[in-house]
Amino acid sequence: MEIILQLKGIHKSFGGLKTLTDVNMTVKKGEIHALIGPNGAGKTTLLNIISGIESLDKGTIFFKGQDISRFPPYKRAILGMGRTFQHVEVFGEMTVKENVMVGFYLRKNRGFVSYIFSLPEVKKEEKDIEKKSLEILDYIALSHKKDFLAKNLTIGEQRILEIGRALATTPELLLLDEPAAGLNIRETKTLGQLIRKIRDERGITVLVVEHDMELIMKISDIITVLNFGCVIAEGGPLEIQKNSEVIKAYLGEED
Amino acid sequence: MGKANLISLLFFALALFFFPITVKDSYIITISIFAGINALVALGLTILMGYAGQISLGQAGFYGVGAYVSAILSLYAGIPVVFSIAIAVLAASLLAVILAIPSLRLKGHYLAVATLGFGEIIHILLNEWGPGGPSGFGDIPTFSILGYQISSTNDYFYLTWLVVVIGMILSQNLINSMGGKTLKAIHDSETASLCIGINVSQIKIKVFILSAIFAAVAGGLYAHFVTFLSPSTFSLFYSILVVLMVVLGGMRSLWGAIVGALIITFLPEVLRGFKEYDVLVYGVILTLSLLFLRKGIVPIVCDMVKKWR
Repeated sequence: MEIILQLKGIHKSFGGLKTLTDVNMTVKKGEIHALIGPNGAGKTTLLNIISGIESLDKGTIFFKGQDISRFPPYKRAILGMGRTFQHVEVFGEMTVKENVMVGFYLRKNRGFVSYIFSLPEVKKEEKDIEKKSLEILDYIALSHKKDFLAKNLTIGEQRILEIGRALATTPELLLLDEPAAGLNIRETKTLGQLIRKIRDERGITVLVVEHDMELIMKISDIITVLNFGCVIAEGGPLEIQKNSEVIKAYLGEED
Repeated sequence: MGKANLISLLFFALALFFFPITVKDSYIITISIFAGINALVALGLTILMGYAGQISLGQAGFYGVGAYVSAILSLYAGIPVVFSIAIAVLAASLLAVILAIPSLRLKGHYLAVATLGFGEIIHILLNEWGPGGPSGFGDIPTFSILGYQISSTNDYFYLTWLVVVIGMILSQNLINSMGGKTLKAIHDSETASLCIGINVSQIKIKVFILSAIFAAVAGGLYAHFVTFLSPSTFSLFYSILVVLMVVLGGMRSLWGAIVGALIITFLPEVLRGFKEYDVLVYGVILTLSLLFLRKGIVPIVCDMVKKWR
């Protein structure tokens, strides 16, 4: 299968604290790839490095065969990388619909001058964007809240909205940072179905960081396990469940 | 543009049209012209501060560049006033780019301090290099459009507020478009904006230039109305006044800029009755309104109207 994302020898430290040490990882196109590990293993840092929010100390990131290690986040988004956040980052003062609409800006940017003079094509396009945004809201089952301010949604809805906003940028790779955190059992189930649906119907590759093992085991094709900034195991859900290194990392060693 | 906005704009334009005819007092009309000039500067800052979330304490600098460049060009180089203002606006935009590229990497207070420094530098330069130094210079030509001299206060009132209305329409276009949504997005979360592909620093630079253009146009209008310029008009105090107008009127409301400008411009006139205590009363009113009208006047009134319905 084609490789969409490849990490080679990623190192990152904050001050003297080594957060990531020589991380190598490949994500194949069309897979749901999970990244798990105990707290403080460096999962979120790795995701931030992939999306460009955090810079790396050493190593290379290839996205669709291109070295993007030094690209700013917005360029990675243009190339087709979308993401959500562990600490939700919806645009709180904007409505749910507007949140998705800005997602389309990336592919439909007309430039300031045409906005200021409100040229005819701008208005037409805005209608079009609005229609497409409503379609996305239907897709993620949030249309009933379209005129709510995003800050007034529940945390679960905000996480789903972040996925919708990312979908508006038509990504090829979607990074999800703990999408199930703060969700109840029913919401988590819906989330799992949504992630599958996004992959199955839209062919979007998903890289997901998550603590909810039930969800991970159910949806992922392949799992990479991080511990203290190092990759300690990689394999399918069944393989990982039996892996002694992983069990040790999570439960500690028997005396 | 929404229907409600269009209707309010129409009413606003009508009110402006009848204002000088009904008021007739040339003193009040003159103050209204200053209010219009201030409203333009405030409009630019509202977009920058209220929507894009970038604080500037240097608007007086752009205002001063607009005024001085246009005045000097028309007075000493004989360039027709409309063109001199256009060149002044270009000069201010250029300065905005030069200032924006390094300083928009800064956030919050740091950006405020950088723009404050810029404003002060311009103020000092006007003092040192401006014609007449600290005491300023006069005899600046007045406006003439296609051979028609705009000299009466009424004419100038219409000209100024016409520019304000045009500025208002253009700002509303921007705010209500996808462009405006990206500004709000940057205001709410820069990180998320970056991750959905918004080139945040480029957009910040553009809004910064836009706010400088508004201030420079206002500066040009000021110079050719008053026909006399001195650096003291373009001090830090003016920058702070503009911030006050924006905050008082309502940061996230374009109409707020106009309401804020009207209040701040007329308040000292209204308070003349307090004689030597006017500055004190002025200060107390501003402090109280900032304490109790945090959202700004226009948004609060809008909320009240919605509830009352």
